[in-house]
Amino acid sequence: MTRLPLEGMRILDLTAVWAGPHCTMLLCDWGAEVLRVESTQVYQPNTRGHMAKVPQDLPRIRKGWGSMYPDWTPGARPWNRYPVFQSHARNKLSMTVDLRRAEGYEIFMELLKTADAVIENNVPETIEKLHVTYEELVKVRPDLVMLRMPAYGLSGPYKNFRSFGMQLEGTTGHTWIRGYTDMDASMRDDTFFGDAAAGMVGAYAALLALRHRRRTGQGQLVELAQAENFIPYLGEAVMDYIMNRRVHATLGNRHPTCAPQGVYRCKGLEEWLTVTVNNDGEWRAFCEVIGRSDLLTDPRFATAIARYKHQDELDAQIELWTQVRTAWEAAQALQAKGVPAGPVLKDLELVADPQMASLDYFKELTHVDAGTHKYPGLMWSAAETPNELRTPPCRLGEHNPYVYKELLAKSDDEYRVLEETGHIGMDYAPHVP
Amino acid sequence: MPPQALEGLRILDVTQLIAGPYATKLLADYGAEVIKIERPGTGDVTRQKGPFLHDEPHPEKSGLFLHLNAGKRGVTLDLKSATGRKLFLQLAKSAEVVVESFAPGTMESFGLGYEALKAVNTRIIVTSISNFGQSGPYRDYKISEIIAYAMGGPMHETGLPEREPMKLGGSVIQFQTGAAAATATAMAVWNAEVNGHGDHLDLSLFRTQASSQDRRTTMLVGAQYTGENGDRRPPGVSTANGIRPCADGYIAIMGASNRFAGVVRMMGQPELLTDPRFDTVVKLSMPDTSEEFDIHYIPFLMQYTKRELFMMAQKNGLPSGPIFTAEDLYTEPHIRERGFWAKMRHPVVGEITQPGRPFIMNATPWRKPEPAPILGQHNAEILGGLGYSARDLSRLHSLGVI
Repeated sequence: MTRLPLEGMRILDLTAVWAGPHCTMLLCDWGAEVLRVESTQVYQPNTRGHMAKVPQDLPRIRKGWGSMYPDWTPGARPWNRYPVFQSHARNKLSMTVDLRRAEGYEIFMELLKTADAVIENNVPETIEKLHVTYEELVKVRPDLVMLRMPAYGLSGPYKNFRSFGMQLEGTTGHTWIRGYTDMDASMRDDTFFGDAAAGMVGAYAALLALRHRRRTGQGQLVELAQAENFIPYLGEAVMDYIMNRRVHATLGNRHPTCAPQGVYRCKGLEEWLTVTVNNDGEWRAFCEVIGRSDLLTDPRFATAIARYKHQDELDAQIELWTQVRTAWEAAQALQAKGVPAGPVLKDLELVADPQMASLDYFKELTHVDAGTHKYPGLMWSAAETPNELRTPPCRLGEHNPYVYKELLAKSDDEYRVLEETGHIGMDYAPHVP
Repeated sequence: MPPQALEGLRILDVTQLIAGPYATKLLADYGAEVIKIERPGTGDVTRQKGPFLHDEPHPEKSGLFLHLNAGKRGVTLDLKSATGRKLFLQLAKSAEVVVESFAPGTMESFGLGYEALKAVNTRIIVTSISNFGQSGPYRDYKISEIIAYAMGGPMHETGLPEREPMKLGGSVIQFQTGAAAATATAMAVWNAEVNGHGDHLDLSLFRTQASSQDRRTTMLVGAQYTGENGDRRPPGVSTANGIRPCADGYIAIMGASNRFAGVVRMMGQPELLTDPRFDTVVKLSMPDTSEEFDIHYIPFLMQYTKRELFMMAQKNGLPSGPIFTAEDLYTEPHIRERGFWAKMRHPVVGEITQPGRPFIMNATPWRKPEPAPILGQHNAEILGGLGYSARDLSRLHSLGVI
């Protein structure tokens, strides 16, 4: 078997919810041993579910994307069945320890001696209260790489402000430039791209620090403020304001300069087609495919500028064509003539998608508490480094025996005591809601 | 001066638009030497895309281009010509990485595919960024930001139930693909240095979006767990959760279920917590309860500005954020105080401020880059370094090779 690039790297993972776990997933996918340090005594809301003990009927009563437990049933151990967690926890290992207590802290420090990096995305004061800041850890592990990725950074007035990705999308200006053009901003639902961006760039940042360490022996603290990381992603709006003092508003589904672009209703329930026509060549091809050469000579649509001005009228004409075909028929007909187009795929359609199949993207994994399902695969592939998902999402405390007995050489007696005192376990403590 | 993390790494960048240039920008930001190779005459098509300084279209005045290409050196080279190919191969001998974003098969048609590059440099890393990937039934399909979200992303779940699905703002998927390509490249660099082999990396907008943790992968798991596709939900179904109006705009506060106590504390009405309309988690997750609560909540919010509410919500431990415009963001003191924005001097546009470091490295810090290269700015320096005289270069120029 090929050696994966990060084999031999051990990362202690103190991340929560999405952004941090996305980061450690990417490193883990490519060979790092990622050890989630969790606690059966304290619950991080949203990481393994909104609450540990979910009322069994709640997901069915209020079906929503955050409650898609297998068969809408939380089950005996809902924390091992929560899709948000299951979507990033493949390949990772899970151990439990209560860091707030002296002996728990000591265990973490022992483990730290064997680790190459620590990654976390908590509110800075949480890390300070636990005494697991870089300044504390580096005393034990002088060449440590630590990546901290709080919302607003480790300094400044908002240092300890609490935020999920969706609120950061507000402060960075993303929320303002998306959504329906004819509706109030309070009608914008949540999107979560800030989390995805922070996780992605966090993995990059960790790799850079690890490379420097490998070459020089020098570790370091890396600080990724999730808000700042997302600002470059909004380059057009940010640069237009800086250069021209222009404030972008939402364009809805439209393109800033090209027309037509939009989402068009197709035949059937919830069937939608997206199209982008970038230039006159694509426009001619588009008109040919939809059998409307008359549009080419219509003064309202003859030039790019005219099309941009008359988009509402143009969209109405386009929908006459799309509404009598499925999104796939329409997309394939347009792509065949070089016009950018694609259907809005539903989740299960993407799971069954032929392109995904040809990439061998989804991988079936069997999980003790969740059953057998296909899991989304690797973000990219490398021709000389064949790679695939290795193990199913880690269950809470699943790897305690490995960590305590193999890595830390605890005796059976010591292990039992740590179980009795609520450090080691696979269930949340009775007092955890 | 402290070292940088990617010092000593030479990267040939034959990408354009957003994803490729953002990848190589991230690499340049932390010390890689990036040589941006553009088509003679017109260059990267982003040079023709706005926003332009003072709205004046000019190949050196695109704000998007300036943002994406800071810190790189620029040469022009016609890769279709035999001489252009020869020069590229010469450069590739001394490079660790080539990043390209042509349609699949294009580099091969130039005689510059992975195998050809590997023949001159056995440990070369080629990072390919495409629409749908280097193979498969959609290989030659065209894509755009909205199509990437429609096919790869949770667009079906974004927007209102009675309306059409809604895209994300700007070009975030293209940027994300760039960040993925930078990460994949750094991973392959590690591999080359530790395991001694190069690689050909296959990244696409489609697959990056499908693999992103913006709820996409969660939905792919959840839909299989339940056998049901997600759908679009009206916002504000959960009580006290989401975006609400306030005195001068909008504020997003997360106040659902167990955070509800913080909301009523912020309002100075803690008695609402035991009000029989709002006293269980199940009740709080019902749409009718949300409407009922808004009767109390919105009049409260309307008394304060978004910044005031931001402070009040945070004081009560509520994850929250004001809905800022680009103006609010640019003038935001917290981000200014942390020194995020980078001011540079560009030979054509003059003084220009751009987004600065995406993250802070203590031992191998980000350095403020040189501004984006003007077209062909470093031809003499870089191609001259291959042993071409000024006379050779001027001949290549007249032939349109550079």
